[in-house]
Amino acid sequence: MVRDTSVNLCGIRLQNPVIPASGTFGQGFEMARWYALDKLGAICLKGTTLEPRFGNPTPRIAECTGGLLNAVGLQNPGIDALVSKVAPHVRSLCRTPLIANISGFSVEEFGICCEKADACEEIDLVEVNISCPNVHKGGMSFGTDPAAAAAVTRAARKALRKKPLLVKLTPLVTDITAIARACEDEGADALTLINTLPGMRIDIRRRKPVLANRTGGFSGPALLPVALRLVNLAAAACKIPIVGCGGVASASDVIEMMMAGATAVQVGSANLRDPMACPGIIDALPALMEELGIEKLEDIIGII
Amino acid sequence: MEKRIYTISANEPAVPGVYRLVLTADGAPQQRSGQFVQVAIPGKYLRRPLSVSLSEPGRLTLLYKVAGEGTATLTTLREGSELELLTGLGHGFHVEACRKKALLIGGGIGVAPLHQLCRDLRAAGREVVALLGFNTARDVLLHQELSALGADVHIATLDGQAGIKGLVTDALGQVAPSFDYFYVCGPMPMMRALHPLLSGPGEYSLEERMGCGTGVCFGCTVQTTEGPQRICHEGPVFLKDQLPW
Repeated sequence: MVRDTSVNLCGIRLQNPVIPASGTFGQGFEMARWYALDKLGAICLKGTTLEPRFGNPTPRIAECTGGLLNAVGLQNPGIDALVSKVAPHVRSLCRTPLIANISGFSVEEFGICCEKADACEEIDLVEVNISCPNVHKGGMSFGTDPAAAAAVTRAARKALRKKPLLVKLTPLVTDITAIARACEDEGADALTLINTLPGMRIDIRRRKPVLANRTGGFSGPALLPVALRLVNLAAAACKIPIVGCGGVASASDVIEMMMAGATAVQVGSANLRDPMACPGIIDALPALMEELGIEKLEDIIGII
Repeated sequence: MEKRIYTISANEPAVPGVYRLVLTADGAPQQRSGQFVQVAIPGKYLRRPLSVSLSEPGRLTLLYKVAGEGTATLTTLREGSELELLTGLGHGFHVEACRKKALLIGGGIGVAPLHQLCRDLRAAGREVVALLGFNTARDVLLHQELSALGADVHIATLDGQAGIKGLVTDALGQVAPSFDYFYVCGPMPMMRALHPLLSGPGEYSLEERMGCGTGVCFGCTVQTTEGPQRICHEGPVFLKDQLPW
């Protein structure tokens, strides 16, 4: 029997639910040297800001049990380069739906970047990352305050006249459902859960943090149970689709995320460990579906 | 660039704190000098980026310094064990950039990739003069290997127990070699100290803590005259003019 791995994400049909997560897939085209990008369900492009950014000083990476910390600091060439150069280049290599990932340091910046992404014909969906600090509110993350999350969502929604809006949430909140509902109420078409969990490591010989930035975002397989719970909570609290992200490294992790309530799944750190991670997961899905008696992957979304 | 399983055919100390790891895989292609590999280490999440000292068809020789838990674990793996590698990573040395005589400068474990570079330069009929710097006489690597390839090798040690006493910058002053192109690999302070002393064109192989090694995580970025670049992807070798030193 042919197993149907396709899913419908905000009206866009993905041939499978596997999406490399923003920041773990270069600018979107580097992995084309390892496999055909058409294999993927969609591609989430590198986090982009209004202005170009160098990012943080190095070291930016620290290994941990079950994953890693990163403090790349949103290195990117800026939204104008994304829409004029990067997205067209990735599009020239594949027909896979492309998701722009937007970060801003003020509500206005989110709005401007989303407007530019909306006008870019190579981009199919827009994901806004609300885990960044709000410079007008003393650096407090937009994503930890329902009112600030709502304000970003409203600005992005207004700017995106043509394209679906995904809002990517941080796990570092007391009540994920309050943030999720705030974004849904302001017109988010889907939510991505979760971003990295803030963390740090210390070099005990040098008596200094391993990362030049002191702290970074923790990601990797150790995060899967945390992500599953939050996806499950958000899925129960909202009607809009959830994109599950956090520690996914195998086809069985994808199935777990979907049973928890995810419509599609992002694969992040696994790409850093193994460039063939995503195609490996995609290739393993049909056999696992057969073993589990799943004909259509969409049938298991949120069944628990 | 490929992912492939290699078998360990030797994994022995070369000098104190540095191991020579010989890996074989039938049919594996040779990689360019200056490219690196990412080695999966049992029990570690990320791979470890290691310099290739010599690449031959079906065979890789790596020199690695025991720098932390990952490389310490690597020392425990015995002959016959298998390792999964990503090979052919990054952009290596421009062998063709040298017209007649090359100057190679290496410091510590940074001498590793100079072995294959020297072989390839000699195969292309270029003369090679090499300045290799170490802490002590016990740490000296690749002296015989480069001499056997016909290079004019000069050693510098900090304590003066072997060769010239001092740093490679001292050796550069004393030997005062003629060359039309230079290649440097070593610790960042060494390379920056050499930079103002080296006239003429050349290139440096840089190092940084890496995440992916394949250009996707932006963990190893360095500022260049052409903007931010990834050491694992656009590098590790950068031309002199690309570095804003």
